[in-house]
Amino acid sequence: MRTRLYPLEDLEDIPGTKVFTAKRSRQAYHLHKFCMSLMKAENREAFKKDERAYLDLFRMTEDQKQAVLDRDFYQLIELGGNIYFLVKLSNTDGWSTQRAVSSMTGMTPDQYAAMMREGGRSPTGQRSKRDRN
Amino acid sequence: MARITAGIGTSHVPAIGAAIDLGRTQDPEWKPIFDGYEWVKGWIKDNTPDVIVLCYNDHASAMMLDIVPTFALGFAEEFEPADEGWGKRQVPTVYNHIELAGHIAEQLVIDEFDLTIMNDIDVDHGCTVPLSLVFGQPEEWPCKVIPLIVNVTQFPTPSANRCWQLGEAIRDAVRSFPQDLDVQIWGTGGMSHQLQGPRAGLINPEFDNAFLDRLGNEPDDLRTITRLEFLRESGSEGIELIMWLIMRAALGYNVEELYRFYRVPASNTAVGHIVYKTPE
Repeated sequence: MRTRLYPLEDLEDIPGTKVFTAKRSRQAYHLHKFCMSLMKAENREAFKKDERAYLDLFRMTEDQKQAVLDRDFYQLIELGGNIYFLVKLSNTDGWSTQRAVSSMTGMTPDQYAAMMREGGRSPTGQRSKRDRN
Repeated sequence: MARITAGIGTSHVPAIGAAIDLGRTQDPEWKPIFDGYEWVKGWIKDNTPDVIVLCYNDHASAMMLDIVPTFALGFAEEFEPADEGWGKRQVPTVYNHIELAGHIAEQLVIDEFDLTIMNDIDVDHGCTVPLSLVFGQPEEWPCKVIPLIVNVTQFPTPSANRCWQLGEAIRDAVRSFPQDLDVQIWGTGGMSHQLQGPRAGLINPEFDNAFLDRLGNEPDDLRTITRLEFLRESGSEGIELIMWLIMRAALGYNVEELYRFYRVPASNTAVGHIVYKTPE
């Protein structure tokens, strides 16, 4: 056996972070297929016209569909999603990426924007759940 | 013979592209960022290369859903800007240098990099925002561009050291191309940022500035940064910085740092920008 630099479980040790692995990618495949469909104007129109009917064209889980309808980006990440796919949805809504990202933090868009202007979130205490550093 | 004459590192934040496209570069929020690129816009006028090898990551625009290549080389004659959900950026088409791209593709595989060849892709903000930052808003991009696309999205990404080795192989490939070409290599993305979950908004200026400090003359120290360390220290998207190591390795040792800029924030991200010149 080769030695590894760190156990892969350590990827779960970062506070407030889901590392996007092949397994998560598979979990979100149909969600992401929906997201990438929004790269075409006619699909954006069809989605806006009847969101539920459009989502039913995809083999997403009901949880994923509901999270899309709710624009619950925190939940979409929990369900395997990755931000680079999910911004196709927020872009379709005319949201800035910052607004979509801020919605996952429990802060209002204004509070989040103010935090960023003041230098962003400090890594102190955010590196490791185990070491609390 | 072809030679790599300079390297540029820059962030490629999509909101920067939007600010350019919407004419907001002089807004108070954006002006400090664009002021940081005035130097390179002047410099590039006298230092426009024939070809840029532009390292960036595809943001689920042309790949990442059905195909997840670790290293991919754009091999179409031209690349249109991608529609990322709000219409295509109104920027020029990117034209490839097919002969050099083909040569690099062959040489990299011979050097044991299992490269994916992309014969038909659109390029997203990862490619077009750096071009806009450096060249402004021309009718046509003033040189050819070879897109080199790196997976930094789906774990595991290539390691920092593997990116370094790829940069060295690109340097060798360019130097063995018989045509007389002035080539630049650009590494894009970063610096620290996280775009997901309750930890979103993470910025680590100490990490970023240490990275910039070492990149020029102590780059070997950066080759051993693990993926986990990038995630912990620079946020889940900060690992894009491995693409700066491809750029840096392709320059060889003894580079001269011509310019450096660092600013927080652009949208969610710490913006870094650096320009190196290789020895004559």
